[in-house]
Amino acid sequence: MRYLFALMLLLVPILGVWTFVEADRWQLWFPQNVSSFGGEIDGLFNLIMYMVAFTFIVTEVALAWFVFKYSANRPGKGVFTHGSHKLEMIWTAIPAVALLFIAFAQMETWAKVKFESNFPKDGKYTKEKPIAELWASQFDWRVRYPGDDGTLGTVDDLERSYEFVVPVNTDVVFHLRSRDVIHSFFVPEFRLKQDALPGHTIPVWFRAEKEGIYDLVCAELCGWGHYKMSGRMTVLSQADYDKRMADIKAEWFSNGKEQGQ
Amino acid sequence: MSQATTHAPHNPHLEPGEGEAGTVREHHDHHELGFLRKWIFSVDHKVIGLQFLFSGLVFLALGGMMAMAIRYQLAWPWRPMPGLAWMFPATGGAISPEFYTMLFTMHGTIMIFFVMIPLLTGAFGNFLIPLMIGAPDMAFPKLNMFGYWTMIPAFFFILLGFFVEGGHAAGGWTSYPPLSTIEAAAPGSLTGQTCWLMGLTWVGVSSMMGAVNYVTTIVKMRAPGLTMMRLPLTIWSLMITSLLQLFALPVLTAASIMQLLDRTMNTGFFTPTNLVVNNITPDSFLYGSEGAAAGGQPLLWQHLFWFYSHPAVYILVLPAMGFTSDILAVHARKPIFGYKPMVYSMSAIAGLGFIVWGHHMFTSGMNPALGMTFMVSTVMIALPSAIKVFNWLGTLWGGRIHLRTPMLFACAFVSMFIIGGLSGIWMAATPVDIYIHDTYIVVAHFHYVVFAGSLFAIFAAIYHWFPKMFGRLMNETVGKIHFVGSFVFTNMTFYMMHQLGVAGLMRRTADPYAYDVYQHLQPINEFITISAFCMFAWQIFFVVNFFHSMFWGKRVGRNPWNAASLEWDAPSPPGHGNFDKQLEVYRGAYEFSSPEVAEDFIPQTRKV
Repeated sequence: MRYLFALMLLLVPILGVWTFVEADRWQLWFPQNVSSFGGEIDGLFNLIMYMVAFTFIVTEVALAWFVFKYSANRPGKGVFTHGSHKLEMIWTAIPAVALLFIAFAQMETWAKVKFESNFPKDGKYTKEKPIAELWASQFDWRVRYPGDDGTLGTVDDLERSYEFVVPVNTDVVFHLRSRDVIHSFFVPEFRLKQDALPGHTIPVWFRAEKEGIYDLVCAELCGWGHYKMSGRMTVLSQADYDKRMADIKAEWFSNGKEQGQ
Repeated sequence: MSQATTHAPHNPHLEPGEGEAGTVREHHDHHELGFLRKWIFSVDHKVIGLQFLFSGLVFLALGGMMAMAIRYQLAWPWRPMPGLAWMFPATGGAISPEFYTMLFTMHGTIMIFFVMIPLLTGAFGNFLIPLMIGAPDMAFPKLNMFGYWTMIPAFFFILLGFFVEGGHAAGGWTSYPPLSTIEAAAPGSLTGQTCWLMGLTWVGVSSMMGAVNYVTTIVKMRAPGLTMMRLPLTIWSLMITSLLQLFALPVLTAASIMQLLDRTMNTGFFTPTNLVVNNITPDSFLYGSEGAAAGGQPLLWQHLFWFYSHPAVYILVLPAMGFTSDILAVHARKPIFGYKPMVYSMSAIAGLGFIVWGHHMFTSGMNPALGMTFMVSTVMIALPSAIKVFNWLGTLWGGRIHLRTPMLFACAFVSMFIIGGLSGIWMAATPVDIYIHDTYIVVAHFHYVVFAGSLFAIFAAIYHWFPKMFGRLMNETVGKIHFVGSFVFTNMTFYMMHQLGVAGLMRRTADPYAYDVYQHLQPINEFITISAFCMFAWQIFFVVNFFHSMFWGKRVGRNPWNAASLEWDAPSPPGHGNFDKQLEVYRGAYEFSSPEVAEDFIPQTRKV
């Protein structure tokens, strides 16, 4: 029986590592990365993964080996020991250093993505002059562009639901808001997630580096229709973006919404 | 320490209350109680422990069935449920989206508050603490009885919610406002959420009573000679868990009463001003019935909720660590490797557990500088967990391992706790969490800790202490069959969720395949669902073994495992008052394979 049980325990690290190695081939891995900071996030994930994998393999193999070796019919008693101060010191100090390293390795990227002091300041869009307001509500996304004057909350604002259009290779800042409950802005390809909090306006920035159409997912439970609260993130070249904005403007004002209304 | 007298048949802690009620002062070891006094209104810690055990197992079955329904929907969305179609006439037999949100909300709530906490602290805390410290009963037996009886209103409210208009709470087990406070926001927020809050508050009151009792009992009623550093690690873990509950529970109770007030009295602790929910305009908030005061902060709830519920995560795993330590030592015939580091690391987990709650809120809109702080404390909590794993391995090393069923489950706990613990580091890392927050990698993580970890430790503990509970052994062969299937199917169910999470799959979505980016993940979800069904069905081996062995299992004496701790000095099962002899403790609970004696263990009570 001990062969069976030790084998079961040994299969945990073997199959465990194997599924991670094969995951990419099975399309069970990161979707493509499109944002400027996504690569760093994937890199940090991998850094932790390699360190964790090492610990995982060592401890799981030791467990399986000990169960196999010491459950054999052996004469006499077990080793009578209450522990080893030296070993305790070693396996406290080494993981402590490794964990502190992991923690400090994260800080730069986190600050880059989330700290408002690090938001783009020189570009076309800033915290004070966002590209748009993104409103979440049960169960849709609405984008409000500031229009020609570049200021939100004025009469020339443009509204559009479902699709959020942004230019490629540009630092984009937008304001995330919610009309009702908590939602969360998540674009897997951007590696970006931020909750929309009712009563708050949260500035968010990203820089998309590849044109395309990406799913905008609501990542925080927001009611029975949470699963269908989808949106679309469209990244266009600057020329296409300008054209699309003109179309959006024409469409918006032809829908009976006159200036000055 | 000074409790030598408590081991006499007359228990001073029990007598006064009973003396008032009757005219005859009862002797605990001679009298026969009626069915009601013995099994229903019992003040005996062993019976109360069994009450918690049975109700916990019933709710485990209920929560498990909900998990199966959730898995069915994820594998085959909107397809009629075979055999259960009659439950959902409105949708032609399929699960409706609002039913799905209710299912995962109540699956989480029931498993955490009605299964794991009552089983770990209620069942085993009650059953084991007096026996393992050599006390005749708890310090406050009547309080102990009330501790179970306050679970009855909790059961009532949590079950009532299923039958009210709009169904049960559907805001997730975390119940974030305003989704949970505004009636128009979700069907479950009509009345179900109120039932949920009432149920949780009563569970909190029950846990509070238990915690007061456990700490008092452990501090004041240990047998002579049983110093704190001679306590079994199970007792240490339960003591630390109780302290966690004492400090954290008042916050949850206060928070749930605040949410209750928001819902019923129109206060505005958590509800901001100027919401438009379900096309209800702000005006109706001002003059209508909902959140009239408003001006509240949704994040306040998250802080308060996680200030309890993160320590609660350690409440869910610390006792499991204690059981595992004891079971590993007994069945490996080895002293615990590094007893003191084990105690210190459990204390460190508990202490750090109070300053890591913010890691649930990295993407919530909380100040990102706070996120940085919480990341460091969260990453560091992996350190004491790692120390414990190394010490468990050290305990196995050089042992004479008997691979009996409890030992198998305990080894499986170590194996799977490693997975759950390591995957936590990803979540602690703030930039990585931006991506993986609320994805299936989180689901994998906490199921590896709480299901594959703690529940396996509970199975280990049931197999290990069953002889003490009922005086009979559980069947070893059936137990091993139960173990093999559970271990295999559990890993098949939860392991691939890591990869689903890396692929970005969101949790709590009724139909993730509505998104292009997730469509290719459906086959792997089918695989997981089939594995989950097998794992659920496999538990029949446990149920049959448990009930069969209770009545027809092999009878055993006091100490079937040749264990050294005090509970094995009592008869199996122990009578009222537990011990039939005077106890005197001379050593720690892990003197296995000692060269001092011919046998391979020295009981704590034996003088050499």
